[in-house]
Amino acid sequence: MIESRDTVGLTQGQIIRKRFRQHRAAMVSVFTLTVLFIGVFTALDWRLLGIEIPGWWRYNHTDILELQFENCPGGSVGCPTIDLIPFIDGDGLGWGDFPFGQDDIGRDYFSLVMRGAQRSIFVMIIIGALAATIGTVIGAISGYFRGWIDAILMRITDFIITIPSIIIGSVVGYHFGNLGVAFLAFYLGLFAWTGLSRLVRGEFLTLREREFVDAARVAGASNRRIIFKHILPNAIGVIIVSVTLLMAGAILLESALSYLGFGVIPPDVSLGLLISTYQESFSTRPWLFWYPGIFIIVIALCVNFIGDGLRDAFDPRQRRGKVFRSNNREKK
Amino acid sequence: MIGYIFRRLGVLIIILFGSSFLLYNLTAISSDPLEGLRLSRDENAKFQIAALTRTLSLDVPPPLRYFIWLRGVLGYLVGQGTLGATREGGTVVEQISQAIPVSIRLVFMATIIAIILGISLGIISALRQYSRFDYSMTFAAFLMFSLPIFWVAVLLKQFLAIEFNDFLGDPNISLPWMIIISIFSGIFWSGVLSLLDRRAYITFALASSLTFFTLFLINYLNWLERPRLGVIGLALIGAAFAFAITAISVGIEDRKTLRASLVAVLVGLAFYYPVQIAFKWPNHNLVLLGLALLTFLSANLIGRLMGGEDKGPTIRTVTIVSVIFGILTILDRLMQVWPRYVRLSDVNYRPIPTIGDGRIWLEPVGYWIRFLDSLTHLVLPTLALTLISFAGYIRFSRGTLLEVLNQDYIRTARSKGLTERTVIMRHAFRNTMIPMTTILVVDFAGIIGGAIITERVFGWRGMGTLFNNAITNMDLNLLMGVFLVTGTLAVLANLIADLLYSVMDPRVRVGAGN
Repeated sequence: MIESRDTVGLTQGQIIRKRFRQHRAAMVSVFTLTVLFIGVFTALDWRLLGIEIPGWWRYNHTDILELQFENCPGGSVGCPTIDLIPFIDGDGLGWGDFPFGQDDIGRDYFSLVMRGAQRSIFVMIIIGALAATIGTVIGAISGYFRGWIDAILMRITDFIITIPSIIIGSVVGYHFGNLGVAFLAFYLGLFAWTGLSRLVRGEFLTLREREFVDAARVAGASNRRIIFKHILPNAIGVIIVSVTLLMAGAILLESALSYLGFGVIPPDVSLGLLISTYQESFSTRPWLFWYPGIFIIVIALCVNFIGDGLRDAFDPRQRRGKVFRSNNREKK
Repeated sequence: MIGYIFRRLGVLIIILFGSSFLLYNLTAISSDPLEGLRLSRDENAKFQIAALTRTLSLDVPPPLRYFIWLRGVLGYLVGQGTLGATREGGTVVEQISQAIPVSIRLVFMATIIAIILGISLGIISALRQYSRFDYSMTFAAFLMFSLPIFWVAVLLKQFLAIEFNDFLGDPNISLPWMIIISIFSGIFWSGVLSLLDRRAYITFALASSLTFFTLFLINYLNWLERPRLGVIGLALIGAAFAFAITAISVGIEDRKTLRASLVAVLVGLAFYYPVQIAFKWPNHNLVLLGLALLTFLSANLIGRLMGGEDKGPTIRTVTIVSVIFGILTILDRLMQVWPRYVRLSDVNYRPIPTIGDGRIWLEPVGYWIRFLDSLTHLVLPTLALTLISFAGYIRFSRGTLLEVLNQDYIRTARSKGLTERTVIMRHAFRNTMIPMTTILVVDFAGIIGGAIITERVFGWRGMGTLFNNAITNMDLNLLMGVFLVTGTLAVLANLIADLLYSVMDPRVRVGAGN
């Protein structure tokens, strides 16, 4: 009943935003991800159209520097200088020269991880955008027009859905990996839309029977207008939620492909590739393995939580307090 | 119904045709199997190119070559099919039939554990919705969703294999660890019971002190070096399971079922020594099969004799208890050979291997050692696979149960005055399992496909490895063979899942819409 009083005078968008803001984990994730994005993308130098934009970090991922071995444990070289133990050990928090250490040939590992994270985020966003566009358009057309268009489009969806995405990614990635990370993201996106298009189709099939669609049609709206102006806004929740979760999967897919050697290939850097390169040195120089993994997990975790928050916000059935709490009963 | 199945099968064939055509051409266009030979300076290269072109029909353009491959596949309908030759000269069928058992062995156990663990945790966290336990389970599930498996696998290799093996060299749980583990166990169990009053603290104290005592006993008996259950251990654990399973399935107040499952444990104990002798017989597989049959028969008999009027639930409970007891007995047998296994020169006090699916023995070893060895090889990959896959089950079973608990028939059941256990286990849980089953079927079909990354990390030679080799060697026939097996299983599993759904949920009628 509190809910119904709240909704008075609020638009649908306001309600959703309000519910989203109440999801604590999602809000924390939004904050973390924003800080991470800004930090990651401004860390290194950018070269755009011949203009150099300096990053805030002192090195670049291509700089080859002298390997440091002072204060390193067990005679290893290029150990991390980051100090995460606050003041207990006497010198407080600090970055040092090479916070994440150095790789085999002396490149600053922090820069490499930043570069890898840029690549991974880039791939994730391209896949998300591409899959969202293709999936929505195909799902919308097939759910709205039904009939033979639907049959053909859904069969094509079935064809692609039967082949696991890691197989498609590997097959194409192995042979065209040298075309760069943009191409990788592009073709992964070309095959990632199938699940979404089925969902959108389902939504359209039910929404097109609703009265407001009839009203729009009677008013003389064109098919395109009905699809984009009337039905799509009502299906947007499903789309946003599933694209978010798809993006979390995409970052893991990219790192898995790079790990297998079918994704991003050297000399380019990605988080999965860094892990794959340095997994053997785990027992001697574990930091080469920890940091890229932690970045993957943090990014994927945040995106997943945002997806969960969005689902809670868009799906009124998941509202709090409505569900029976069984432990009240047990205490009887 | 029959018509519906045939119609669906027809669609399946079209889908398989379409997706295999797509994959074939995608691969054929993007790869050049002769690339390596073209670049080589070997004088024979020209002849090798010619030979390979002939055997793989490379002179035919890909879309047409697909139909040559398809003709081979369809040949199976008239009994003389072929999936073609691999580049190394063997047949694809041969390779796949070697790889499938390996993949099944690798993924089967992990799937079972993930299902049981995932569903139980999901159900508990649904019943304690918005409690601290629920939040931590949700967080754990999301964390596991976000874990890259290869990363987890390397961590497991380091911490579980290397350091755990070091630990087993001198197994003594230190006091700080004992305290930490006890506190965690206390938190977990008070979270599971999720009581809000004083009893939460009592549960915490009980659970943590019990854990501490167990750990102390493990240290004191030097159990990790010489693990054993023995008759006393089996009696205690068996009785505990008898009580627990009865409490969950029919309720502890059902005395006849409780008595029956305790009798089953007693029967198992009485047969402990005869079974030990049976384990020594040379034909081990036959003995195990026979014992399994006997277990089921005796469980059924005990249930029937002691079940009273309503036999069904009693028989089910006794069967579950007996199966658990049987597994415990086998575990006990494995524990008996453990000290010997660890001391073998091939093992050399490093029992948990990081790679491969079995050791190559330099000395002759018995059946049980081999059995134990294949289990220790399974430990790490199973853990890794379980970790990344059971999060899905937690989320799904939680969501489904919450939806079911909101239904009217649950309110009806409660208002009839049924106990909470009956409402949850009979009315809610069974309906939760309907959508779960359809997912399980599809997941089990996925087992054959293996785990591409896990196999790579742990060095197993299953379907995932075949697939990997097929891509790096540009072996089109092998790739298509692997895809044909996994793809067919996947679409068939989807069909079976749909049919099962309609069998279990009478509201869903298959083919009604068509």
